[in-house]
Amino acid sequence: MSTDVSSIPLKQRLAAKGLDGLTLLVVPAILFLLALFIYPFLYGLVLSFEPKQGGMFANYQRFFSDRFLYGTIATTLWLALPVTVATLLLAIPIAFRVRLMKNQRLLTTILVIPITLGTVLVAEGLLNYLGPQGWFNRVLMTFGIISSPVKLLHNYWGVMLSLVITGFPFTFLLTLSYLSGIDPALENAGATLGAGPWERFKHILFPLLLPGLAITFCLSFVQAFSVFPSAVLLGAPSGPTRVISIAAYQAAFEEYDYSMASAVAMIMGVVQLAIVVVVLAARGLLYRGPAGGGKG
Amino acid sequence: MVKDTRLSTKLWAAANWTLIGFFIVNLFAMIATVVTSSFSTRWLGTWLPAGWTTRWYSAAWAEFQLYDVLLVTFQIVFLVVALSGLIGVPAAYALARRDFPGKKLVMLLFLLPLLVPPITFGIPLATVLYQTGFAGQMSGVVLANLVPTVPFVILVMIPFIEQIDTKIESAARVFGANTFKLFVHVLLPLLMPGILAALLLVLVRTLAMFELTFLTAGPTSQTLVVALYYAVFAAGVRAVQSIDAMAVIYMVTTLIWLIIALRFVNPTQIVARAKK
Amino acid sequence: MTINAASFRELRLDRLSRDFGTHNALKDVSLTIGKGEFIALLGPSGCGKSTTLNLIAGLLPATGGGIWLDDKRIDPLRPEERGFGMVFQNYALFPHMSVNKNIGFGLKMRGVSKAEIDKRVAEAAALVRLQGQTEKLPGQLSGGQQQRVAIARAIVVEPPLVLMDEPLSNLDAKLRLEMRAEIRRIHNTLGATTIYVTHDQEEALSLADRIVVLRDGQVRQVGTPEDLFMRPDHLDVAEFMGFRNKVKGKVASVGDGKATVTVGDAQISGRARNAVSAGAEGYLAIRPEDLHPVASGQPGLKAQVVSTEFRGREFVGFARMADGTDLSFLAHDKLSPGEAVTLAADPDRVLVYGAVA
Repeated sequence: MSTDVSSIPLKQRLAAKGLDGLTLLVVPAILFLLALFIYPFLYGLVLSFEPKQGGMFANYQRFFSDRFLYGTIATTLWLALPVTVATLLLAIPIAFRVRLMKNQRLLTTILVIPITLGTVLVAEGLLNYLGPQGWFNRVLMTFGIISSPVKLLHNYWGVMLSLVITGFPFTFLLTLSYLSGIDPALENAGATLGAGPWERFKHILFPLLLPGLAITFCLSFVQAFSVFPSAVLLGAPSGPTRVISIAAYQAAFEEYDYSMASAVAMIMGVVQLAIVVVVLAARGLLYRGPAGGGKG
Repeated sequence: MVKDTRLSTKLWAAANWTLIGFFIVNLFAMIATVVTSSFSTRWLGTWLPAGWTTRWYSAAWAEFQLYDVLLVTFQIVFLVVALSGLIGVPAAYALARRDFPGKKLVMLLFLLPLLVPPITFGIPLATVLYQTGFAGQMSGVVLANLVPTVPFVILVMIPFIEQIDTKIESAARVFGANTFKLFVHVLLPLLMPGILAALLLVLVRTLAMFELTFLTAGPTSQTLVVALYYAVFAAGVRAVQSIDAMAVIYMVTTLIWLIIALRFVNPTQIVARAKK
Repeated sequence: MTINAASFRELRLDRLSRDFGTHNALKDVSLTIGKGEFIALLGPSGCGKSTTLNLIAGLLPATGGGIWLDDKRIDPLRPEERGFGMVFQNYALFPHMSVNKNIGFGLKMRGVSKAEIDKRVAEAAALVRLQGQTEKLPGQLSGGQQQRVAIARAIVVEPPLVLMDEPLSNLDAKLRLEMRAEIRRIHNTLGATTIYVTHDQEEALSLADRIVVLRDGQVRQVGTPEDLFMRPDHLDVAEFMGFRNKVKGKVASVGDGKATVTVGDAQISGRARNAVSAGAEGYLAIRPEDLHPVASGQPGLKAQVVSTEFRGREFVGFARMADGTDLSFLAHDKLSPGEAVTLAADPDRVLVYGAVA
């Protein structure tokens, strides 16, 4: 306590700003994340400028001059962008359908399963299921849709399919939660004013959903961009599905060049950030207020 | 919502249901393939295996030292759950109840580990953990896994705490409860359902967390999912059925906890992200 | 296939019903509404008034009966084909559209030309006194202004029927009075047939040409505001219209539209309303403002004062009769709790009902 009676004690002044004993409860969590999230990131950033040999930018120079390395950016984008668009295109109509259901719980539960099983198990399952002798090809051949098994493993399509399976539930649930946030009275209002189902979608629901879709796009994209286990197990990790996280992993744990690995991780982060910033900037042009119909 | 009975609307609905059905059928068929394979004596080029057996389970159990792996997995998961609760819940409480300068920045700090994918921050994190000697043993795996789970607990708990009326706490104080008594007699019982839900979700997520564990684990600190990855990666060395048996063991472990978790939480919470 | 406003003479609900599972939200409601009328659907929450409105709008499918516009059956039509205007409880303004776009939405859906839309939107905005606000988003407007946008949006399409679902319930008391006058003024200007849902009897009395009182999904009484205020058909309607004192007694005599009821040792007279028969049980219904203390020797209801509250010009008193019936009344003087009091009302202001089921 301050002995100066004319001034308010420091403790009280801090409390008025919201800083008191209770606020301190947040400190352990902050320290933890500073030590294990922020510090490693900064450490990695600095490390990436201290290559094993060469000048400060040697790692980056090496990355952008070696097609085997810089090519991974295009490879990853070529996987992540179509996957994100495909999952969104699947998720939007299905979310609109599910919104009309009274009991959504069973369906959402089924859709959560691939997320909790994780990428490794889905990869393992697809190795069996999509293989030349797997049930998928067998069914297609039995119905005469194809004459010889489709090759879906150890190439682009295997990784693509596994990313859609693991990514779709997340995209769907997020879209559904944004959609549920739109006041149903708005759709009713549109109907009484003469708007049919397509016009209600076009003029009311879709514009209100768009900002949420932008966020969903970013999150789904970032997940797809960091694909690792399925690219190794289902793809062709030295060829068409040599994604950027494989390059980072090899640098770190096969060449033991942590400096190079950090550089690749930083590049990975920057590319993700760039796409996210572009999408969010576009989102800034949209209406972003509450999706309610008025006060109440 | 307006009911519609036009033909075009019905066709559109049918198309949507076909899509949902196609997804679910393939998902379950994929899971069924793994289960069938794990019980088969020999399964090559036919619809169903030549015969049925359970011996792959004992084989997998011995080959992959699953007893040890399961023990390590549950130790790691238990530590992650307990620590993320201990660090996360008080932080969530402070953030839900106080407004202070820089709160937005702090919130951003808690949001980032959930937005940045694990493999991106995992590589620099693993580097630091190797330099400091944590990686390669259980403590490193636990620390790495806490990075996304602590913010997860915080972001799930904040709205839960916010919906508890502050007047209840004020009332307890007026009636003479000190901070400790307030916590034990009033807050903990009120927060328990939320804490339970958040921690169950952490449990399921940690069981399935591949990347961070993979990057930081050593031979004696692998969790089930990482052991499974190595088994699949080195396929050909061992019988496919034995790998599938291990996959089934992993699947059953995760699904049991998922079913328990879903008794307490809404499925959408598993992917919960803080909304702006 | 919007309904042509000119061809419409009356709207008829024919034994309209709606159940949700086993619960009947609406049972056999029949009602005829003439062109240009202002009808209020009045009742406590859960009485079926909003259900009725949603059925007319087409937002809910009916489970029985039909809705007719003259000799055309409209209940199979989708809401967008009915061409009615509707004002929603929380306004349901499109938050991403400017005031102009909100008001013009219905015209745009009808394929009206851009120039015509601009002209009619400007007229509608002027009618609800929103000039100068039309480029704003709804979120930038006050509650009263949002309400005006909602009304303009509903009337700009010149609908044969305007439906209003508790449009004033989200406004504060002062604004509510102001908007009430505004709604009446717009109705008088346009002459559009209006169906107005409310739980506030004062609102219904001051706005409507006719009031429909609903209870448990059924029509209890239809009448002019004066009818309902002075001559409620049923005891529950009387209670809802402010006859809050309900006293049980035995009917001593009935005749010439009058009835006398014995309560304790007192004989109270009033106007006989419904199912009153001599010798049977009967109920007195009296408004608190009509019940006053009288000298102790005079005929009246004997009770003990519980409390009095000062209300400016007079006191509101609460008293309890020997059989436990609670009464409220007006008094000029403060009374002390426990004091014995005799309460009486002008027989013309006392209503007598027969035993209720």
